[in-house]
Amino acid sequence: MRQIKCDVVVVGAGPAGSMTAKWAAKNGVDVVLIEKRQEIGAPVRCGEGISKAWLDEVGIEVDPKWIARDIKGAKFVSPTGFTYFVDEKNAGNEVGWVVDRVFFDKALAKDAAKAGAKIMLKTAATGLIWKDGKVAGVKAVSHGEEIEILADAVVGADGYESQIGRWAGIDTSLKPNDILTCYQYRLTNIKYDCDYCEFVLGSAAPGGYVWVFPKTEDTANVGLGILTPLIKNLGDPKMYLDKFIAETPGLKDGQPLECVAGAVSVCAPLDSVCIDHVILVGDAARQIDPITGGGISNSCIAGMFAGKALAKAKETGDYTMNTFQEYEDNWRDRLENKLWRNWMAKEKLVTLDDATLDSLVKTISEVGVEKLSVRNLLAIVKEKHPDLVKEFEDLI
Amino acid sequence: MIVHIEKCHKCGACVGSCPQNAIYLNDVMLEFNENCNRCGRCVKICPVGALEMEGKE
Repeated sequence: MRQIKCDVVVVGAGPAGSMTAKWAAKNGVDVVLIEKRQEIGAPVRCGEGISKAWLDEVGIEVDPKWIARDIKGAKFVSPTGFTYFVDEKNAGNEVGWVVDRVFFDKALAKDAAKAGAKIMLKTAATGLIWKDGKVAGVKAVSHGEEIEILADAVVGADGYESQIGRWAGIDTSLKPNDILTCYQYRLTNIKYDCDYCEFVLGSAAPGGYVWVFPKTEDTANVGLGILTPLIKNLGDPKMYLDKFIAETPGLKDGQPLECVAGAVSVCAPLDSVCIDHVILVGDAARQIDPITGGGISNSCIAGMFAGKALAKAKETGDYTMNTFQEYEDNWRDRLENKLWRNWMAKEKLVTLDDATLDSLVKTISEVGVEKLSVRNLLAIVKEKHPDLVKEFEDLI
Repeated sequence: MIVHIEKCHKCGACVGSCPQNAIYLNDVMLEFNENCNRCGRCVKICPVGALEMEGKE
């Protein structure tokens, strides 16, 4: 069997994998980045909204090629149609640009390649290679050929359906209450407010929300997520979305250019996302914002920290937790508090009925919120609806 | 499990949600292995209703 040797094999060439590969490779690590699909970035499984603030931090150079639309802000719509606008700078993590993941993911992979990473497409990991009780690489099928990729570390950047973590014995299992199941159309021929990312709350998408993220003046990503325990019938997500579109005046004449299904984790941070010789990043590490279901920024930030930790491992020759603890510490310092707070807020939000959600959106728009964050929102809610937030007051 | 492959979008929602890691998915097929204990979570989670439990109304 053909064998490939490298320092680090990264499984999955989404944002998390490419960022990890880039930050490791540019610091001298010999990286192989494998991707099971035949094209990086396609098919798209994402609403494609991002904010602008974090790109500098992780060294992503803005390229107009991957920007679909510049967004003025976010628009929150309550169940009875009460609307609240927030400008882009204050609207939180998923608002700023709507990107083209087909180009965005390729740009990140290009950065990884430029840094020295080798990319293998149509290469799916099929299992881990173990030596003396330690992970020593991955078995894979590459263009139909069974191969072994021997490496000092395996990075699982293999998304929601991650196998690397499970194979390595890292507990990434999810409770039904921490899974949003989603459906989305790229909908064209629509009339809508193409300058705002719209979030529709309430029973249009039980336990989640409907999003309308503008791609062009007449085309948007229109999708929704439903919390698993609130699903009643087979195929509810698609059914709810079709119903929402049919009942929304500007959307009902829309025609689909693409349909996407998927699931996203909205859980509390995991206890651990690495063991000796194995690191998980991005969706695979459940580093998704539990309120928005957005993961691009978190994946890139975590990927950068993972890549840096791998560079240190290469330097010291120690690919165990001695070195990887730095990755755990760094991503948690940067993201963990927010993930916890948003998960607890989500746990509460999903229990609210339409009337309460209506009154919440009204309260927020009356009081006004300087910067939209879950922390600020909770503080406002505390004033008018103290009963809703008393269980997690210490987070405010 | 009954797989309605013509409805399936190959999205992997079932794979990531399976507590038993009993589902294998690639470009053309979706298969359950012997670890499946018919808990039904994948049936509920499938965004397009492509999975069905055998012998259940």
